[in-house]
Amino acid sequence: MSLPLLADLAQQFALLSFLAIGGVNALLPEIHRRVVESAHWLTDTDFAQAFAIAQAAPGPNLLIVSLIGWKVQGFLGALVATIAICAPSSALTFAVAHVWDRFRDAPLRRAIQQGLAPVTVGLVLASGFILARTVDQSVIAVGLTVATVAVVLTTRVHPLWLLAAGAAVGALVAV
Amino acid sequence: MADDNIVSANVAAPGPAAVPPSRRALFVGFLIVGMQGFGGVLPFARRMLVEQRRWLSEREFIEVLSLSQFLPGPNIVNVSIIVGSRFRGLSGSLAASLGLMLMPFLIVLALAATYAQFAAIEAVRGATNGVSAAATGLVIAVGIKMAHPLKGVAWQIAMAALTFVAIALLRVPLLWALAVLAPVSIAIAWRMQR
Repeated sequence: MSLPLLADLAQQFALLSFLAIGGVNALLPEIHRRVVESAHWLTDTDFAQAFAIAQAAPGPNLLIVSLIGWKVQGFLGALVATIAICAPSSALTFAVAHVWDRFRDAPLRRAIQQGLAPVTVGLVLASGFILARTVDQSVIAVGLTVATVAVVLTTRVHPLWLLAAGAAVGALVAV
Repeated sequence: MADDNIVSANVAAPGPAAVPPSRRALFVGFLIVGMQGFGGVLPFARRMLVEQRRWLSEREFIEVLSLSQFLPGPNIVNVSIIVGSRFRGLSGSLAASLGLMLMPFLIVLALAATYAQFAAIEAVRGATNGVSAAATGLVIAVGIKMAHPLKGVAWQIAMAALTFVAIALLRVPLLWALAVLAPVSIAIAWRMQR
């Protein structure tokens, strides 16, 4: 166990917690930049695997953070990283929740919501772009991504089926 | 504080629980939500809160959701914090968020440990790559769906495009990108309101 590494994990993800406007999916490019490109805690392959496993598990999509912590410092690392990504934003939410309802119709509140909406959209699309560059290393992978986008936009299929289809195609092609 | 909310909830819409849920009920309710949510927890949270346990009316749920999306942090965790605090204060928030995270956290670590055992098998690696590729498609599709309401609003489209270029192409650190783009975008929205 390395205390400096644990402290570093806690600090990195605690800061990211405050920046996670639009949830953890909007945060993926920054997480990739920090843990793969800067800190070299994970390789591109590790990152893609953590992303896949986190998506395949039930629960919030912040679980990729737990897996990064696990990769860096085992169970304790997973615990520290998960708490770090949740605690600061949760404390802020707890504090603001009581005040917010009083300003339901305030013009400033509307301006904040309307102003942040396009930034969030840009962040999520940027996540998709960075993920595609990290994950789609073959023609078949690119095809799977494109097909998934098309199916989601045109049908109401449950996302879990699409992940299962991805797993099946990937397993068969690899064999 | 919590009691006031219950009363107003009952006046606003019929349905929501007359008795505020206990910490234990909050923990269990969100524990079940956490175990259900494959590829997105929010639909399951809505079903539990509005339809099954009736802790919130539909309208209250939308308000809780919009606040939790506006604030930084994982949206669904914010939902659990707000709902927990509304009924039981700080300990309610802790019970709800711990309930939400406990099982997914343990399951994902178990999955990762299992994966490490079988990673050498090519079919397993292939399956993982396939899941990554499909999950990437899910993220892109969500982004496209989220972009629909911006249609026809030129400045919002421009801000979304600017954010995309800064983060995806120029790889500007998120902190600096947000420090510039968020205030500018809010300022434009403010001016457009008048």
